[in-house]
Amino acid sequence: MEWIQQLVNGISLGSIYALIALGYTMVYGIVKLINFAHGDVFMVGSFVGFYSISIFHLGFFPALLISMAVCAIFGVLIERIAYKPLRNATRIAALITAIGVSLLIEYTTIYARGAQPEAYPDKLLPFKNVEFFGVKISSQSLFILAISILLMILLQFIVHKTKIGKAMRAVSHDMDAARLMGINVDNTISATFAIGSALAGAAGVIFGMYYTKIEPLMGIIPGLKAFVAAVLGGIGIIPGAMVGGLVLGVIESLVSASGYSLWRDGAAFVVLILILIFRPSGIFGKNVREKV
Amino acid sequence: MSKKRLTGVLMSLALAGGVLAGCNSSASGGGGGDTIKIGANLELSGGVASYGQSASEGLQLAVDEINKKGIDGKKLKLIKVDNKSDAAEATNAAIKLVSQDKVAAIVGAATSTNTLAQVQVADDNKVVLVTPTGTNPTITNKDGKVNDYVFRTCFIDPFQGTVAANFASKELNVKSAAVLIDSSSDYAKGLAAAFKTSFKKNGGKIVSQEAYVQKDTDFHATLTRIKASNPEFIFLPGYYEEVGLIVKQAREIGLDVPIMGGDGWDSPKLVDIAGKEALKNTYITNHYSSGDKDKKVQEFVSAFKKKYGKSPDAFSALGYDSGYFIADAIKRAKSSDPEKIKDALAKTDGLSLVSGKLKLDKNHDPIKSAVILEYVNGEQTFKTKVNP
Repeated sequence: MEWIQQLVNGISLGSIYALIALGYTMVYGIVKLINFAHGDVFMVGSFVGFYSISIFHLGFFPALLISMAVCAIFGVLIERIAYKPLRNATRIAALITAIGVSLLIEYTTIYARGAQPEAYPDKLLPFKNVEFFGVKISSQSLFILAISILLMILLQFIVHKTKIGKAMRAVSHDMDAARLMGINVDNTISATFAIGSALAGAAGVIFGMYYTKIEPLMGIIPGLKAFVAAVLGGIGIIPGAMVGGLVLGVIESLVSASGYSLWRDGAAFVVLILILIFRPSGIFGKNVREKV
Repeated sequence: MSKKRLTGVLMSLALAGGVLAGCNSSASGGGGGDTIKIGANLELSGGVASYGQSASEGLQLAVDEINKKGIDGKKLKLIKVDNKSDAAEATNAAIKLVSQDKVAAIVGAATSTNTLAQVQVADDNKVVLVTPTGTNPTITNKDGKVNDYVFRTCFIDPFQGTVAANFASKELNVKSAAVLIDSSSDYAKGLAAAFKTSFKKNGGKIVSQEAYVQKDTDFHATLTRIKASNPEFIFLPGYYEEVGLIVKQAREIGLDVPIMGGDGWDSPKLVDIAGKEALKNTYITNHYSSGDKDKKVQEFVSAFKKKYGKSPDAFSALGYDSGYFIADAIKRAKSSDPEKIKDALAKTDGLSLVSGKLKLDKNHDPIKSAVILEYVNGEQTFKTKVNP
């Protein structure tokens, strides 16, 4: 019974990773940029949610929407200011810039409000523990799992069935050709960042509700784990992020459950190394030959 | 050219500084005449500013009270320096207090790390250093050698673990315990080691031992594992950020046994993070409680409230005690010479302070009582006082 409980623990941890990984993988899929600032947009989203709840006394869902909107704008700003000038530079330049943006956001937040943690108010939504054959499942984790699946389907729909999604896929395929076909590349990339960052904002509020404690450096570890999850599932593939997140969560839980809780973070990165050695394209990725 | 000129300006400034410093040095040995200078090297800003500010308020109150009567006709002069919660700044501040202000004694810092950064300065310059709340054992005693000039007014880490173990086996009557340690903190490891030794000596059994690191947020898996070992009690010596989350998540998975920790829990943020309900049936060991009915404590609490309009925490109490600890030694030494103050401090025996009766052992560590507090409805309530 204990092991089934641990599996449930793993899935609820994994759905948080999945939620963050969705935005990560989407931005990578379209722009081919590993946006290391994603974890920090997640942190900003969490704080926006916190302040809307504690200062403006909004409920959970209005706070979630406000946080998503603010993060979408924030994501577009980051893209316009930091990444756009580097669009034709080498990939490594953009990557280093992303790390710089990430540090800038973290330490600006600390400068603005200090490093002390904040606690989300208790009981934002009425939650109960559901019990199945002696296994305790918090309805909160079921809710998180449901939201991540919902957002994944929504994202998949946007990318594959809508006009802007078509534009995104075209830009991802060949930026210059897309421009020649009359697609507004700048707007498309901005839209990508807006959607990705809104997802991060949503994840931030949900994380705050579930784990209570938020602080300016909270985005670092979940951001890295989400990156591992995205790579595990096949970076750029939306359902892959979902599955990667869940698998990573379960692996971490099982490592802790075997009594090696200090190795938990290590295990996550061992997974990253192994996947990069043996299956660089991830669980869902196809091995595509590089076009010459 | 401009670089050369700049160097020139800097050099003349440095020279001028030297001259000014020289002027100050006329008053020697902690100030001649009617005043004795005491330095306060505390965390007035930065990451743990709340600790330093509390200690500073307590110390200021003590100095004000002492100066009403004076010590053999002399008054204390408090010189406060902010170490910005940074070890390097703490060293600089100590050097400034010693070389420029020529203090007889330094009070500080509030944390072990920032105190350790001043130990060398104090020993080299033969100036007394008293930390109100630095609990790490190595502050007063390094590699079996006592630091002659360094003292403290708080008990040391292992003592809290022992007190917690005795409370668990004698008051709560539990036979099995789980230990969950913050493995990135020497403080938590020290408490846990002492707890385990004493708990086993009392006939208890440690059924599970798990660890985590600072900044972890998900403890469900570890707690589920602890739950499977069926402990009657959990010892959780950590800092409030993680402790809050652990207590909350433990209650979520239905782990309702008593949980106990040390003074690292002592923060209002703990209640915000864990929530009032989850904190039911949790206990901590601490230096003092404002709910203690002792007359000395109540007098201090009302004087503090009158001056600052709030209830004093343990840091304020120990800052206050540091002031009286030094004043008592100066009185007995009949001198403001650090050498003599040091000898008098080391002989302190039975000095009655807010945080209990104080007697120093041969390592300059106080032998004194601890209080046990219980969280009732999110408030710390005084449970009992434990004498060593």
